[in-house]
Amino acid sequence: MAAARIMAAAKLMDVPSVRSGMRFAFIAGAFAFGAYLQARGVLSGILQHSSDVTYLARQHLALTAISGALAIGVGLPLGIVLTRQRFRRYANAVTQIVNLGTTIPTLAIIALAMSVFGIGAPPAIFGLFTLTLLPIVLNTIAGLRMVPPHLIEAARGMGMTPGQILRRVELPNAVFVILAGIRTALAINVGTVPLAFLIGGGGLGELIFTGIDLMEPTMLLAGAIPTALLAIFVDFAIGQCQYWLVPRGVNPLR
Amino acid sequence: MIRLDRVTKMFGPITAVDAVDMEVPAGAVCVLLGPSGCGKTTTMKMINRLIPPSSGKIYVDGRDTAEIDEVTLRRSIGYVIQQIGLFPNKTVEDNICVVPDLLGWDRRKSRSRAAELLRMVNLDPGIFLKRYPKELSGGQQQRVGVVRALAADPPVLLMDEPFGAIDPINREVIQDEFMKLQAELKKTIVFVSHDIDEAVKMASRIAIFRDGRLIQYDTPDNILAHPTDAFVAEFVGSDRTLKRLRLVKVEDAMMKEPPRVRAEDTLDTALRLMEEHGHYAVVMVGPRGRARGLVRVEIARDKKGTVAEHQESLPGVINIDDDLRTAVSLMFTHGVTWLACVDHDGFYKGYVSQRSITNALGATYRDD
Repeated sequence: MAAARIMAAAKLMDVPSVRSGMRFAFIAGAFAFGAYLQARGVLSGILQHSSDVTYLARQHLALTAISGALAIGVGLPLGIVLTRQRFRRYANAVTQIVNLGTTIPTLAIIALAMSVFGIGAPPAIFGLFTLTLLPIVLNTIAGLRMVPPHLIEAARGMGMTPGQILRRVELPNAVFVILAGIRTALAINVGTVPLAFLIGGGGLGELIFTGIDLMEPTMLLAGAIPTALLAIFVDFAIGQCQYWLVPRGVNPLR
Repeated sequence: MIRLDRVTKMFGPITAVDAVDMEVPAGAVCVLLGPSGCGKTTTMKMINRLIPPSSGKIYVDGRDTAEIDEVTLRRSIGYVIQQIGLFPNKTVEDNICVVPDLLGWDRRKSRSRAAELLRMVNLDPGIFLKRYPKELSGGQQQRVGVVRALAADPPVLLMDEPFGAIDPINREVIQDEFMKLQAELKKTIVFVSHDIDEAVKMASRIAIFRDGRLIQYDTPDNILAHPTDAFVAEFVGSDRTLKRLRLVKVEDAMMKEPPRVRAEDTLDTALRLMEEHGHYAVVMVGPRGRARGLVRVEIARDKKGTVAEHQESLPGVINIDDDLRTAVSLMFTHGVTWLACVDHDGFYKGYVSQRSITNALGATYRDD
């Protein structure tokens, strides 16, 4: 269901007028916002933090990359295993468990993880990992289940081994939905990284929370705006992957 | 080529296929026919071991399939399913080359084979090779599905209602194309169908299944003429004799060496010829023997002169390669009881009448 909705949304995005209209609104909005900030003298304030921003943004992205890679590395194989004949019946139970990672507030998970891993990046990565895992697992399962059974029968009948069926038929036909899951997961991940600061994990959260504590809005914005831009950038990058990596025959965008 | 030896399949307590013995000779098209749930598809899928038999043995080309690795076995047998099952992520070319690629063929060899196969089913390789399945019509997809099964040139083909999902007009066209292909390639084919008309058209042998048992296994004509029991008789339909019309060519039912007159003959000659044969009309032929017209007995009796002056045009002629169904249809169309039969060049070869058709269809009963 979720996958179908994503596909529908992706199709809507594909309508040229909708796409160009949105692009225009976005650029106009960004321009107006920039002009407003400039007028308030915020922009020059933010630029004073530029060296902090680059350093912390790098840290921020590293947290996302590590936790995201772990989540993909675990979620993708987990989704594949849970759609195999032998393990299919465990799919519901396992997704319920994975679901806990999304249900329990990330702040709580990070706090709990801190009591195990101590202070610093590891508990933050663990918290982000649990948050990111569910959409990836769910979409991998949904994508693989959407592959029509007769394709698999045809592949078996022509003499493909189970591994060949997975690599040559199932994954190529599911990859669009799987990437949609990764896209959602990583966008959420980037937006949640600021919480890592609370347990000494670093990232742009450092500027945001310090800005709040010091009641210094420029510092806050110097953290918040790059965070937002990173989220948009990650979403865009994976969107491009979806466009170019998914075979044309099964790509609703092309 | 394919031999089933007391093959049985149990699904739990249910016997899906019950001790089936059957042999399909090389180059034959064997249609497995029956109502749904009769075991025909299960029987077919046991041949390439998509379904393992519970007991019994299956031999392909003299080899026990249980002793061949199942992946190797399947790559040596073409497989076509009703839903076609083209892989949407692959181009037409890559779809056709699935089995050659699995077998590790040289890429250039397999791609040129794909182009050649497309030409065989009247699809332009220049247009279709690089297309994706979603860019093809249903009929085009089905043609690609069939040639994909032929790509590695397997001696045996399994087809599970391959033309079931196509509209009736296209189905006829694709069936004809396929029969033409088969006449050339002479594959051994096991074909699952629930459509008696399709079976009569395609099969050299029909196997009728009911509740997992093979009830009758025979040529289409014998199945239609001599159904073994009430079930088969009912399944092939109360019009089964009409269906046999399709199996007999005009050439085999027509009266050969017919009487004929030439344009310059007199009506007296024509009348004598007709009285001699007991006919009420005679065909006029041209100088080299092409059917040109006819003279009726009442005209020949009443008038004087040459045939040329009193001939009428033929109400309908039929090609000797057509089947009797076409002949009968033409008779009804023109309201006549006989038709002149000509070959491809228009030469007069004989005539079919309602009596000769009855004779041809009845021969099988008189032999007993």
